[in-house]
Amino acid sequence: MHHRSLSYRIFSVGNNVLLALLSFLCIAPLLHVLAVSFSSSAAADANIVKLWPIGFSLEAYKVTLANEYFIGSFFNSITRTLLGTAVAVGMSILIGYSLSKETNEFKGRNGYAWFFVFTMLFSGGLIPGYMIVQKLGLLNSIWALVLPGAVSVYNTILLMNFFRTSVPKALEEAAFIDGAGHFRALWSIYLPISLPSLATISLFTMVGHWNAWFDGLIYMTQSEKYPMSTLLQTLVVQRDLSSMNVNADEMKELSNRTVKTAQIFIATLPIIAVYPFLQKFFVKGIVLGSVKE
Amino acid sequence: MKQRVARRWNFKLTWPLHVMLVPGIVLVLIFAYLPMLGLVMAFQDFQPQLGFFRSEWIGFENFKLMFEYPDARQVIWNTLLIAVIKIVAHLIVPLIFALLLNEVRKMVFKRFVQTLVYLPHFLSWVILGGILLDMLSTDGGLVNQALGWFGIEPIFFLGNGDWFRFTVIFSDVWKDFGFSTIIFLAALSGINPDFYEAALIDGANRWQQMLKITLPSLIPITIVVGTLSLGNILNAGFDQIFNLYNPLVYEKGDIIDTYVYRVGLIGGDFGFGTAVGVFKSLVSFILIVISYRLAYKLANYRIF
Repeated sequence: MHHRSLSYRIFSVGNNVLLALLSFLCIAPLLHVLAVSFSSSAAADANIVKLWPIGFSLEAYKVTLANEYFIGSFFNSITRTLLGTAVAVGMSILIGYSLSKETNEFKGRNGYAWFFVFTMLFSGGLIPGYMIVQKLGLLNSIWALVLPGAVSVYNTILLMNFFRTSVPKALEEAAFIDGAGHFRALWSIYLPISLPSLATISLFTMVGHWNAWFDGLIYMTQSEKYPMSTLLQTLVVQRDLSSMNVNADEMKELSNRTVKTAQIFIATLPIIAVYPFLQKFFVKGIVLGSVKE
Repeated sequence: MKQRVARRWNFKLTWPLHVMLVPGIVLVLIFAYLPMLGLVMAFQDFQPQLGFFRSEWIGFENFKLMFEYPDARQVIWNTLLIAVIKIVAHLIVPLIFALLLNEVRKMVFKRFVQTLVYLPHFLSWVILGGILLDMLSTDGGLVNQALGWFGIEPIFFLGNGDWFRFTVIFSDVWKDFGFSTIIFLAALSGINPDFYEAALIDGANRWQQMLKITLPSLIPITIVVGTLSLGNILNAGFDQIFNLYNPLVYEKGDIIDTYVYRVGLIGGDFGFGTAVGVFKSLVSFILIVISYRLAYKLANYRIF
């Protein structure tokens, strides 16, 4: 085409090279970790592993997967993720549906909406929040990881907007005339139509729960109750075994470099597994949430 | 017909709407509003064994201390500095990246780039912290090895205060620049192709098109993103810094949130920790309200 001058073509090539380089930079650290985790301990400690395993070995994975703390934390993470997502998405559905009604249909709607939105703007902060969980006797309970963040106002607004824009009013009115109530309308009309949105919100919530580590660190005082992210934080990042009430020898084998990288990779795996689905949805979800005409 | 439906809503059918809100309201009351009551601790010399009612009231003493303690002042400064640079970088880098990506004609390549650069956004700072600690190590970490090929001495990225700040900002941009471009790409896809057609007929080259059509059409969204991030001016990134820092870099890398955690929760100084937290919440609240008003005024943006 005539507008593609020589200088633009040179720019194009340079641009593509730059973008390819940036893309590589985004996954290179992961590749490096993966390579180290599959290398022999000797090669890893000699720092000769770059992006490809040297002295291929599965030892690190064997050690990691044989460690009961690690396996236990894996199941803690699964539990909190499933339970937490179910509760959180349930909350978003109920609140989102209710608030999707206009004020003339639902008096008090705006008051309720502000009640929830205000929590987005202002919070009591770390210490009072911790004290509430402690006073409720939730320390070391899975509910400490599920309930405090169960109401996501952001997701609720997303869903509310979706309910408002995508569910045909006529369909709903017909249902009401046929004698259906709100619960019925929500269950039989709104939810089936909103499945893609619900999937998006669920996936994002799951990723959030899988990645969450700080609540585990402050609310769980027994390290066998730690979710995997928290265990990883203590083992790989803090490298502080003293804070854990466990036998140090048992944990020592987990501090090897290849073993650490294996743990990092295992914790990353679920995210990578859902990533293709996330990617399919998130562009839509983000646009839906942030741009309202 | 319509009137009848409306009446039934109001009289008979709205109770389920209230009922649906009950679980959410209970949770929010307990876990969001009740902690706000706990903010009275900020005005007390709070002793856990005495509780809210018998701890001594000391007025604004905790707040005064906050501005008198040299390390508390330093922490506020660190937070501001890191947060502001992050906000600016998170505006400029994704904008440029979106423009570059927009010039890619091969859709397969574009999709490929997007897939890779969005990925780090979804990884937690625990995972990335673990990776960075390994890669930035002065003892043969990959980054220092690579620097060595160019004859550069190993850099103590996480042990030197200034390098720590640099690392925090750089790695934060690295993690999120891809994901942050989504909003700009969405705006780009909304540009009317007729504009380009017309420009082409007028003989404008790609560079001129970019300057005169693409860039201006991104200004409104840039203003929105920029103003909305004002509320983050005291959020320097707790997760990231907590997972990267160590006592060597407290002086230049400690931020409000990590300070509250250490002094308040771990050190047990609940009153002082809460006061610092209140200060942060209050400033953020004011800035969020201002930024939403600004975004509405400047770019006609409303969130709800």
